[in-house]
Amino acid sequence: MAEKISLSKKDRLAVAWRSTFIQGSWNYERMQNGGWCYAILPAIKKLYTTKEDRTAAMQRHLEFFNTHPYIASPIMGVTLALEEERANGAPVDDVAIQGVKVGMMGPLAGVGDPVFWFTVRPMLGALGASLALAGNILGPIIFFLAWNIIRWAFMWYTQEFGYRAGSKITDDLSGGLLQKVTKGASILGMFVLGALVQRWVNVKFTPIVSTVKLDKGAYIEWDKLPAGAQGIKAALEQQGSGLALNSSKVTTLQDNLDSLIPGLAALLLTLLCMWLLKKKVSPIVIILGLFVVGVGLHVLGIM
Amino acid sequence: MSGISMVLVVIVAFLAGMEGILDEFQFHQPLVACTLIGLVTGNLEAGIVLGGSLQMIALGWANIGAAVAPDAALASVASAIILVLGGQGVKGVSSAIAIAVPLAVAGLFLTMIVRTLAVPVVHFMDAAAEKGEMRKVEMWHIIAVCMQGVRIAIPAAALLVIPADTVRGFLESMPAWLTDGMAIGGGMVVAVGYAMVINMMATKEVWPFFAIGFAIAALSELTLIALGVIAVAFALIYLNLQESSSGGSNGGGGNTGDPLGDILNDY
Repeated sequence: MAEKISLSKKDRLAVAWRSTFIQGSWNYERMQNGGWCYAILPAIKKLYTTKEDRTAAMQRHLEFFNTHPYIASPIMGVTLALEEERANGAPVDDVAIQGVKVGMMGPLAGVGDPVFWFTVRPMLGALGASLALAGNILGPIIFFLAWNIIRWAFMWYTQEFGYRAGSKITDDLSGGLLQKVTKGASILGMFVLGALVQRWVNVKFTPIVSTVKLDKGAYIEWDKLPAGAQGIKAALEQQGSGLALNSSKVTTLQDNLDSLIPGLAALLLTLLCMWLLKKKVSPIVIILGLFVVGVGLHVLGIM
Repeated sequence: MSGISMVLVVIVAFLAGMEGILDEFQFHQPLVACTLIGLVTGNLEAGIVLGGSLQMIALGWANIGAAVAPDAALASVASAIILVLGGQGVKGVSSAIAIAVPLAVAGLFLTMIVRTLAVPVVHFMDAAAEKGEMRKVEMWHIIAVCMQGVRIAIPAAALLVIPADTVRGFLESMPAWLTDGMAIGGGMVVAVGYAMVINMMATKEVWPFFAIGFAIAALSELTLIALGVIAVAFALIYLNLQESSSGGSNGGGGNTGDPLGDILNDY
């Protein structure tokens, strides 16, 4: 047998870098197929020398493919290992390669979406945004750097992991590892989503439910305070001892809801959206509808 | 605005458009895109504040499978340009946000058009592959990426051509009830993204974790990092408990010795 051809670290880095563009030619027919083929080209170039082999390899990798863009990396690693074996004469046919790609992309996408889109990004995003709201440049910088370090580390190491494990990875995965990772990711995702709904879905009702006149002595009597700095001091002391600022206590509908369950309205709204989505209402219609409702209720003075 | 600023704005818009589909470097996220536009036009602070506010709205926007979320790229780029042209600085942020959200929906249609245009592109790739022309396959892929960039760069360039006075007049003519109402709507729109994912992930088994997350998040002393730590801990504890309880009774479960077959069946 001729000398064994193998992919160098440089080849694998080239593939990993190109995986960055895997969604570039995303299309409604075969989704990420173009990007996948673009990413694996350096490997094809290295492994196959004849025009026939290269054509066959490119065609094989232009088949339908779609998964979470970062999760494509471990799959790419395994595929690289399979292609390497094949180029060295092992009996790995098109069906086996396609089988591995299709077999891994579905379940793994279910890991990537909750972990990256709904845990890591909202967290880094909210962290960065809360700094940015105060005009702090560190907000965007932290978000950008942290995200890209995490992303690149994940893509490179999982591709290497897939490459080393090769076809054996399917043994590991069926040993329950994949199911476990998927379940862990859903638990993580659901927890964080619960928290996000509570904190970042803003539904506030403004109508005033009650205006109660407070008893004398329960509020600060501004006209009886001494003048100047002494007055301010006295007012602060009175407030510190629990006196109200105004002579009447205003309770809005929102205050009532908050004392019951903070974020209840947000939760109900989320459940309503879920129900509408299940009824096959297009998300775009729901989004537009919410704007109309927002403007409408604001004009009516309810929100 | 100087010529150099204009060129830089278009470049930022191009990057944001590419990222709108790639979703890798996050140039399309408001936090990054608005800051960059603020930076190249000398309105850094207003850009950062706008980015932060929009980011809060866009936290739950993500492309899942073939479904596309509202387009953060067009929303951030266009609203940041309008903010800069309006010349109100940080004060203009709330009206810029009111404009951003309808733009996000408009961007959604643009990206759907480009994704459809990419279908013939992959057919060209097929043809090139058949002839074994690797360079051409690469070239067509790069063209497809650039199409997504142009999708945002063109609207950005068009906005730059509009005189600042017109933009300012338009912003000032927007009534407060509309901008405030849009902001309220924006606060609610977040729920749609969350609802999509919950529908995807929710099973009887994991619903309790949603409830715990919801209840715990009401404690405002807890930072997001703390919430993340609690979430990871819960997931690990649950998996370990499950393993130790099932380990004794039936080790391995339905392992039939045909691993790939199992995965394919599950899929």
